[in-house]
Amino acid sequence: MAHLETTAEMLRNRGISRRDFLKFCAITSVALGLGPGSDMVMAQALSTKPRLPVLWINGLSCSCCTESFLRTAHPLATDIILSMIALDYQDTIMAAAGEQATAAYDEAISKYKGQYILAVEGNTPMNGQGMYCIDGGRPFLDKLTRGVENARAVVAWGTCASWGCVQAANPNPTGATPLHKLFPNKPQLKVPGCPAIPEVMSAILAYIITYDRLPALDSQGRPAMFYGKRVHDQCYRRAHFDAGEFVECWDDEGARSGLCLYKMGCKGPTTYNACPSTRWNNGVSFPIQSGHGCIGCAEQNFWDQGSFYDRITTIPHFGTNATAETVGVAAVAAVAAGVAVHGVASMVRHARGSAPETGAASAADNNDSNN
Amino acid sequence: MAYEYTTQGYTVIDAGRRVVVDPVTRIEGHLRCEVNLNEQNVITNAVSCGTIFRGIEIILKGRDPRDAWAFVERICGVCTGTHAVASVQAVEDALGIEIPDNANIIRNMMQLCLMYHDHLVHTYHLAGLDWVDVVSASRGDPEAASALARKLSPWPNSSPGYFKSVRDRLLKVIESGNLGIFTNGYWGHPAYKLPPEANLMVVAHYLEALDFQKDVIHIHTIFGGKNPHPNWLVGGVPCSLNLDAYGAADVINQERLEYILQVIERCRVFAQQVVLPDTLALAGFYRDWLGIGGGLSRLSVLAYGGIPDMANDFSDKSLLLPRGAVINGNFEEVLPVNLTNLDEIQESVNHSWYDYPQGKVGLHPFDGVTAPNYQPGSGIKGTPTDLKQVDEQARYSWLKTPLWRGHQMEVGPLARMLVGYARKDDVIKGMVDDFCGRLNAPFTVLQSTLGRIAARSLELAWAAEKLRYFYDRLVINLKNGNTSTANTQNWNPDSWPEGEVRGVGFTEAPRGALGHWTVIRNRKIERYQCIVPTTWNAAPRAPDGQLGAYEAALMGTRMDIPEQPLEILRTLHSFDPCLACATHIIGPDGSDLLTVRVDRGF
Repeated sequence: MAHLETTAEMLRNRGISRRDFLKFCAITSVALGLGPGSDMVMAQALSTKPRLPVLWINGLSCSCCTESFLRTAHPLATDIILSMIALDYQDTIMAAAGEQATAAYDEAISKYKGQYILAVEGNTPMNGQGMYCIDGGRPFLDKLTRGVENARAVVAWGTCASWGCVQAANPNPTGATPLHKLFPNKPQLKVPGCPAIPEVMSAILAYIITYDRLPALDSQGRPAMFYGKRVHDQCYRRAHFDAGEFVECWDDEGARSGLCLYKMGCKGPTTYNACPSTRWNNGVSFPIQSGHGCIGCAEQNFWDQGSFYDRITTIPHFGTNATAETVGVAAVAAVAAGVAVHGVASMVRHARGSAPETGAASAADNNDSNN
Repeated sequence: MAYEYTTQGYTVIDAGRRVVVDPVTRIEGHLRCEVNLNEQNVITNAVSCGTIFRGIEIILKGRDPRDAWAFVERICGVCTGTHAVASVQAVEDALGIEIPDNANIIRNMMQLCLMYHDHLVHTYHLAGLDWVDVVSASRGDPEAASALARKLSPWPNSSPGYFKSVRDRLLKVIESGNLGIFTNGYWGHPAYKLPPEANLMVVAHYLEALDFQKDVIHIHTIFGGKNPHPNWLVGGVPCSLNLDAYGAADVINQERLEYILQVIERCRVFAQQVVLPDTLALAGFYRDWLGIGGGLSRLSVLAYGGIPDMANDFSDKSLLLPRGAVINGNFEEVLPVNLTNLDEIQESVNHSWYDYPQGKVGLHPFDGVTAPNYQPGSGIKGTPTDLKQVDEQARYSWLKTPLWRGHQMEVGPLARMLVGYARKDDVIKGMVDDFCGRLNAPFTVLQSTLGRIAARSLELAWAAEKLRYFYDRLVINLKNGNTSTANTQNWNPDSWPEGEVRGVGFTEAPRGALGHWTVIRNRKIERYQCIVPTTWNAAPRAPDGQLGAYEAALMGTRMDIPEQPLEILRTLHSFDPCLACATHIIGPDGSDLLTVRVDRGF
């Protein structure tokens, strides 16, 4: 087993003070929603455990997840997370190219066999002999397979690797295929979003290092801590939804007052992500705060659910295609139906002038919570 | 199979040693490059291959045109937003929708913010390591670095103590033996010319820029909700402006505007005090690279223009980034460019992995046809799924070859500067003359590998100034009570014409001219084509053998150590390659797609 310096040693080597280090642990613990005292657990872990080797490869993607990761904003994140892990391969920012780059990849695989995390951005084209994505003259799948086979676990960055994303949207010309369909038996977690939120990406790595395990996952393989709640339920405009106060038209008085964007097609009610809580780019804003509805970019098949401006009642395929493959979609549609009733009920309540909650609304809420 | 021919003033000789670089790293996407070297290690043949294909445009067929921006924005996460703005413009052009002045201002600010961010990251984090030796930096004398930095700039992070702390961090990284992203770099390569203290200064700025870049894009976050991939809107922008009334705290208000202003001011200072002085220093130390890698920038350059000063006015007069074409090296004459003229821009596929209908050589994007067909040619070495060497006399790239009036063209910051200079644009001419004057050199030194990098720095500084200009315009509108950000008159598809309408949207993306062409039929997208900057620059050969811009720029360059292709990386990186952008192209007919499954082997 190759010797790896611990993260704390590495941080010291790179000029990070103990004070900054502890501050980082505290911030990360809060971001992860961990209990009191967990920052010291994390500090202890990072002080004694070796740096986590991470290899990061790109298939069919737009590199937005790499870009997002580089934007990680907490004081220590950009510099430290890049260093906290032993990032021996990342072809968007690494110095080497060509043979030297490929050699770095293969050397790291053998050096850290069974220890490293393979971070995958993008997905794999299975049509066209795999040559819709060529790396070193060979199908990207070759590189991916080499990396997956010897990895301790695989992280699917973003919606491309998790679900397929834009190149897999109907009719998926390249046969773009997400990770879990290629390697169903490999330990893995999905961090969807187009791109994934920067601080979520780094916090998940920090969690793996701290506790030496993958975080608890939901039924779809996403870390429950960041994907457990709907955007709608965390949204700062939620009160307007409940009060039946909606933006009716772009830049109308409602839009200028920050009312609910449900009628403008917001997919917050069917999207599980942490945007309203962590917000984006050091907490500066998130889509709804900037006036556009959520387009549901962390959800499976979000490109094929009708227009981004359709109210979610119009999601196609409702009640159809109820096979094991599409049960997730059907579940989303059911939530949508519930929300629609809920929305109508809210408006009715609003029209009546804060009348007591109606039976319809209660039923809708129950429907929500069942999903 | 060896061959020889002349084109564009080059003699292309496929003989001697072949060097393959795949993957080319520190770019967006997947690129392969092959060159032949003669006995003096001079490049006599250069081959650029785009090695991904994603097919986004076919996915757009039948979609709501108002959604298209989100799809095409995902063409690229690096130049995020630029495809979206081209898309909403194309749809607005097709449907005859005009946008409010504030929307134009905010779109321009988002585009300028992207340009600044993209140029910053490219200059330091993608291209920078080709010029700066990180290992040498760790031997730099902090006193000397401080003296150099203070001579160049008033930037406050310049004390000996500051540079010592940077050096100490580097030393510890290097001594630890685990270089992370610096692993396997070409450290110590003789083509690195900076003295240790200059390396140390620039590495310090590499780290500062890495920290700063994440703040630059907060302009996107405020107006567009997130970055990468902010949100856009056909008819305007999705954000609303509210200074005085109920609910202002929940939208764009004075606090948000002050936040943006502060980012802009930091951008201006960083440009003037860090980026421009570093660029000048680099040019001073690498003077020979002001004469290497010029390629098509000496022959034929193209710009569509961008950043309309006046909303809905895309005339030459309104565009703050210039439009025009220069061919045959005649920089005395700038030719007009019309994106809807079916004879001007045409794409050919003679050297690409696509089929065209019988008898078709070039097609305008409004009529674009794309049928991908991976057919690597009989002259390859290796096998079709284990390429050791491509066959450039046959087909060798997932990129098409776009031509302007039959010419291969270079696009990008340098092309914009050259077109603006030739058009005697006061602002551009002033910037270029000032920069070249400091080097005591004629403006033609910009037509080089290092000139491309310099043009990008000049444009970065320009973008910061224009950010401030548009911010002030926005405030004036607000003072006058104008808060309108969207025109919703034609939001409802019922208000759109039946039948077929066509539109084109264009802008200058960070990497160069970007055009989107769309055909809308019965309120749905019928056809969608993009020609993106990297398709122009990284294109394979034209039917008549003309070299693409990457290929031409590599010709004649001498390599010190062929196994360590630093010179190739310098020139390729000077274009800021973005292959995800370049290789998504597909026409309306997807039925010819190959469906051969990969043997998964597990």
